[in-house]
Amino acid sequence: MDKTLKISKIKDGTVIDHIPAGKALKVLNILNICENNSISIGIRVSSSKMKEKDVIKIENRFLEKIELDKISMIAPRASISIIKNYDIIEKFSVDLPQKIMGILKCNNQNCITNSGEPVDSEFNLVSSSPLTVKCAYCKREMSDNEIINNL
Amino acid sequence: MLKNKSLISVSDLDEGDIENIFEKADYMCQNMNNMRQNEPMKLKILATLFYEPSTRTRLSFESAMERLGGYVISMADSKTSSFSKGETLADTIRIVESYADIIVIRHPLEGAALLASRFSSKPVINAGDGSGEHPTQTLVDLYTIKKELGDIDNKEITIIGDLKYGRTVHSLLLALTRYNVKINLVSPSNLKLPDYVYKEIKNKLDINIINDLEQSIEQSDVLYVTRIQKERFTDKNEYYKLIGSYKITKDEAEKMKENSIIMHPLPRIDEIDADVDFMKKAKYFKQASYGIPIRMALISMIAGD
Ligand SMILES: [Zn+2]
Repeated sequence: MDKTLKISKIKDGTVIDHIPAGKALKVLNILNICENNSISIGIRVSSSKMKEKDVIKIENRFLEKIELDKISMIAPRASISIIKNYDIIEKFSVDLPQKIMGILKCNNQNCITNSGEPVDSEFNLVSSSPLTVKCAYCKREMSDNEIINNL
Repeated sequence: MLKNKSLISVSDLDEGDIENIFEKADYMCQNMNNMRQNEPMKLKILATLFYEPSTRTRLSFESAMERLGGYVISMADSKTSSFSKGETLADTIRIVESYADIIVIRHPLEGAALLASRFSSKPVINAGDGSGEHPTQTLVDLYTIKKELGDIDNKEITIIGDLKYGRTVHSLLLALTRYNVKINLVSPSNLKLPDYVYKEIKNKLDINIINDLEQSIEQSDVLYVTRIQKERFTDKNEYYKLIGSYKITKDEAEKMKENSIIMHPLPRIDEIDADVDFMKKAKYFKQASYGIPIRMALISMIAGD
């Protein structure tokens, strides 16, 4: 039996695949999951592409751009499948945005964006591996876990 | 062209801009006494918004504007002013932009000047944002080296003191990456240059991190001294033990080359002995005086007709 079938199929919803092993809960954390969404999570399932990976399947839920951007910060290689009536009707990879607006809080407490001003946070992508971004305001850089903790 | 542009960071300027500013500053130096009569800034208003005290920087901007024949309006003490009492900086700027033609801001938070410039239709000059940038100080520093040594390229510059919190040092180092210079950095171990600054400059500058000023004092063209603040030390005894070894005395200064210079962004506390002040090499007061032509040049290039 195919090992990936350990997680049951969903009828309608979204599959987030190729999440780095162990990061599924971080991904779940940034999605607002409500009562209508039943979720299956696979943690450290074997994968031909990544050796080990995490997978999330969410019933009755489709992702918005801002959520996809957040996922790209945690799982830059994640692939998204949209399922309707058990069929994959669309499949794509997340895209790390060059400019990251409003989804990440600057880690620098002394940054003007943390003082209640009417502006979105704004970061520029410095490198994708290791993931590093730079605050457009205070110019401080953040990477990997620092980014995930501030999503 | 700087016309109507904000100046937030030295990296906003290209080499041509810096040369133009220096040329204009030369012109201001030569015509210092006629400028008030010529009134190139006649009927223009400069607003200074200082959310953090820095009398010297504020006076320098105000003096520059007055010397150009313009007017100055200024926020009273930011602690008592109705601006800043819970009002966002964005709101304050939206109001002040209708009062003035150019805004100078000093703020304790990093990125404040950039934010101000985004809410203002009038140009904003950053006069220091937290531990971020202070571009006009950097221009004054570069101008001082150029005026006193004829050129910035091919100079050996030793920077000593607080390299961790010293905003002027970070800005200066970033700006010096445009030139072909050799840099020596000397600091106490708890006040070393932060990684995020080092990362930006390490591939663009010839940098030596040394423990002892003796290793570089004799060949340096510039000795740039910064203040070591007592508040940075939890153990005050540590401070007193250390400050002695970072003090520039007349004996130290005499080891320097004939045509070398000593700079300091001021105010100084104990870092340079008063005996040094009378030496030809001591250029820190001259450096402060260059703040006027540099700021006159900037104001007229940015807000002039
Ligand atoms: Zn920031």
